[in-house]
Amino acid sequence: MSIEPEDVTMDSRNLLELASAISSGAVRVVDLTFTLTPDFPVIVLPPEFGQAAPVRIQEISRYDGRGPAWYWNNLTFGEHTGTHFDAPIHWYTGKNLPNNAVDTMPARDMVASACVIDCSAQAAQDADFLLTIPHVEAWEMRHGRIPARHWVLLRTDWSKKGWRDYANLGEDGAHTPGPDAAVMKWLVEERGIIGFGTETIGTDAGQAGHLDPPYPAHHFLHGAGRYGLQCLCNLDQLPATGAVIVAAPLKIQNGSGSPLRVIALVSSA
Amino acid sequence: MIDPIQPPRRKNPLLRTRLPTSPPKPRSRTSHGFTRAAAEGRFMLQRCDACATFCYPAREACPSCLSSSLAFTDAPRRGTLLAETTARVPSDLYFRERAPWRVGLVKMDCGPLIVAHLHADCKEDAAVHMSFQLDKGGQAVAFARPDEETPNMADDRQWREMTADPKFRRVLVTNGRSVVGQETVAALRAAGAKTVFVGVAEPWRPFAGERQLSGQEGIEIVPLDAADEKSVTDLAADIGGKVDILVNTTEYVRAGGLLDRKGTSIARDEIDQAYLGFINLAQAFGPAMRMRGADGVNNCAAWVNILSVYALANWPAFGAYSASQAACLSLSHCLRAELRPGGVKVMNLFTGPTDTEWFQTVPPPKVAPRAVAQAIVAALRNGLEEIYVGDVAEEIRLRLAANPKALERELDR
Amino acid sequence: MKNSLRIPYDGVVMAAPVTIPYRRYSIDSAQWWIGRALGALVAQAGIKPSDIDGLCVSSFTMGPDSGIGLTQHFGLCVRWLDSIPLGGASAIAALRRAARAVQAHDADIVACVAGDTNHVDSFRLTLENFSRFNQDAVYPYGAGGANSSFALIARNYMRTFGVTREDLGRIAVSQRANALRNPNALMKATLTIEQYLAARPISDPIHLFDCVMPCAGAEAFLVMRDETAASLGLAGARLLSTIERHNAFAEDPMQVRGGWAMDVGELYAMAGVKPDELDFVQTYDDYPVITMMQFEDLGFCGKGEGAAFVRQHDLTIDGDFPHNTSGGQLSVGQAGAAGAYLGLVEGLRQVLGTAGSTQVKDANLGLASGFGMINYDRGLASGAAIFAGPSR
Repeated sequence: MSIEPEDVTMDSRNLLELASAISSGAVRVVDLTFTLTPDFPVIVLPPEFGQAAPVRIQEISRYDGRGPAWYWNNLTFGEHTGTHFDAPIHWYTGKNLPNNAVDTMPARDMVASACVIDCSAQAAQDADFLLTIPHVEAWEMRHGRIPARHWVLLRTDWSKKGWRDYANLGEDGAHTPGPDAAVMKWLVEERGIIGFGTETIGTDAGQAGHLDPPYPAHHFLHGAGRYGLQCLCNLDQLPATGAVIVAAPLKIQNGSGSPLRVIALVSSA
Repeated sequence: MIDPIQPPRRKNPLLRTRLPTSPPKPRSRTSHGFTRAAAEGRFMLQRCDACATFCYPAREACPSCLSSSLAFTDAPRRGTLLAETTARVPSDLYFRERAPWRVGLVKMDCGPLIVAHLHADCKEDAAVHMSFQLDKGGQAVAFARPDEETPNMADDRQWREMTADPKFRRVLVTNGRSVVGQETVAALRAAGAKTVFVGVAEPWRPFAGERQLSGQEGIEIVPLDAADEKSVTDLAADIGGKVDILVNTTEYVRAGGLLDRKGTSIARDEIDQAYLGFINLAQAFGPAMRMRGADGVNNCAAWVNILSVYALANWPAFGAYSASQAACLSLSHCLRAELRPGGVKVMNLFTGPTDTEWFQTVPPPKVAPRAVAQAIVAALRNGLEEIYVGDVAEEIRLRLAANPKALERELDR
Repeated sequence: MKNSLRIPYDGVVMAAPVTIPYRRYSIDSAQWWIGRALGALVAQAGIKPSDIDGLCVSSFTMGPDSGIGLTQHFGLCVRWLDSIPLGGASAIAALRRAARAVQAHDADIVACVAGDTNHVDSFRLTLENFSRFNQDAVYPYGAGGANSSFALIARNYMRTFGVTREDLGRIAVSQRANALRNPNALMKATLTIEQYLAARPISDPIHLFDCVMPCAGAEAFLVMRDETAASLGLAGARLLSTIERHNAFAEDPMQVRGGWAMDVGELYAMAGVKPDELDFVQTYDDYPVITMMQFEDLGFCGKGEGAAFVRQHDLTIDGDFPHNTSGGQLSVGQAGAAGAYLGLVEGLRQVLGTAGSTQVKDANLGLASGFGMINYDRGLASGAAIFAGPSR
């Protein structure tokens, strides 16, 4: 997706200022990423379906007989493990769009500003909390209309939980907060968001299989060539508006997503 | 009369650990007929096809009629102890460390004379019950026990060298998420295991039976994902020196062969969990287990694998699973050889389809998880190496011995 | 089907009995010990090495050599060669083979020699390679040697016939008394019956003084026709009879008799003598219980009467039944296969009158027996020989 911005120019001195502002701390770099480890909870699908590979970190050598001066590992993981990026090709609704994989998406889509919507209080009360259009409109009353080509990040403080409660699996599946169908369609079509990000496993709520359409975040985002981010953390360190997100997935051939480092640039002021 | 063994005290960390030594290992090729018998808990002797004479030790021709048709066959176990001696100063290092050591000469009711290790309650001129056991060198030896049950019989010092009794030992059950794993935990505790560590992977994911495991005395849930190198080495760092018996209850069962599946992601999980998990467990726990093979009353004694009987003969309906089990079977033989210098037995339990969810559509007879658990305890108590649990496994064993080609065709259903 | 018409040993003599003094441990090889014995043989007999045209050798530690390697090693060109792996019966067997060879003129001067070294691990290595049945069905049971096998035999024999440790101790004690007169005996201390009874148990009922001490050493003698001996001016002992029997009485559940019992009649008939005419007896004494069996099986008393026999007789050199006059293996030491030769070589010295400090007065007729190769649960090999001095 490439919505042309207003006629804004910037010369290289601003970029250098940005770089030195980052070094000096005037611009904070907030790491929104969970460490990639084998014990991080992953999406659990019905057992009959193919499952994502668990994360495996296998030492090749560690300054030992296998390699005296060096340490390195082999890794195994699925594309949708840990803090990760979903590309449009991941969902059937986006399967035929052009440039829909991680290796073909425009690089400029990897840097964009974010609107952070704090629903941590509601999520603390209700594990199945669903973000709705009225929730967002109330946010816009305080912070202004969500601009086009922005990330919308749903802050729930879910990332602070112990992993048992983080996955929150019951006998009828996971119970974690997310967006309802109407708000996703609206955010994509009425606000032109570049993507939606959550702290939970999945851009959709744990019980989103029962929404209509099922998994509406995946359905509408990817159907419109937009992106998803999940298992984010430290959203509580971001301002409601103004943070710039850098989310650059691995350039996997025809990849549907990948674990990645998501960082936010935030003004210290 | 045997005094019951006392619960071992805490190990003194200031003392050097006694290292394992081995009884004499060399055996003739024909003598390995006894190895096979001991591994399966059978008592077999050569019997001449021509004149029906039983003979012992292992021979190439009948000492009565010189026929060379001397097949090993199941034989009656009863005999009489003619004479006994207690070796006080054996020159062999293994026995020297364990002296005094009692052996005797038994006249079998079916004929042959057998030099045997003696249970302490065997008396001269009295009847004895013979078996072949695998000693700490992994070789078959004759063992005589009294014909009738005596008090604390399993606590006999010499008998304990042949077995891996769970009593007073600490056991790691690697996977407590499965019903077989949970039943195994319960059976081991009932058999007197001091502590059962139960490995659970992905603790963030609940599972049925979880509540029964937690908060129980003598049962300790530990994080363990066998396929994750770091998880295994971290657990071994904590409890590696305390695992006297390891029971590998990895379970990953999916139907399907080759052409009815697409891609290798399920196969990758099968190999990852069963095969790579085995390797991780062996590398992390094996060295310490091998080193502790002579470490007191609760020395390290056994590694138990639960394998599908279809490791021996592929069942195409579960063809990929069968293959991963076959891979694990081969690994287990490697491990068996590598742990043998420590006197640690690798025991393989072969079972037909268990009565668990991934075999739901398979018609009976199926093996109850509890039966597997009880077979594990029995195998440990008797020091066996190859155990077939349930009717299907036993039948596969017989059919494989009779004609593997017939079995192969008949499994193709 | 027994053929009792064995050809007599007319004209067969044994000469030049040689003992190379034993050492507890030796860093030299078995070949060195055997070579020493061969050297002593030619020196004592006043012959050249090239005069030896027959060789019979027994050794547990000469590996990887067998007899043929020794011919080149020692520069012997022989027309008759044998190796006897019969343990304690090797001397009698060697004598029997050599006797027929010289009788048939297949050879003229046969050197019969046994020699073994004793390194710190010789005993263990010998046991490990002793026999297949031992490997499969005895060694794994912990004895690490013949001790437990003989213990079982002893236990059964003692229970069956009411033999006490004291009865068996008389044999060990009398032999030690004899050994104190033998400068080559490795055991130098006296042994009383109290000490024997109080000794540490090895494998019940075997105690310390029932066991021989493995050591290094060599024994040898020459076999030739009497005319050859005469031409050399050599005194020779005349061979009167021999017996040999292996795996006898397999149906006995436990061994209470050795092969001699099958052929003892022939032993005396062929020699034309009776047991009470013998001036001394040299038995194979690994262990005392086996010696007691030999007293019974070689015709000195009935089966089960061995204990009474030793109580009734004085087994020392000057006693009424001189036995194991050099002290036997129990007091001299067991130099491997040379243990088979110890009794026969001492016996030859006795009838030749050259036994020196252990000489039995007027010894002219003697018996030496051999026993060995406990293959599984019993000693398989046995043999005996009766021989006379020149003056008988």
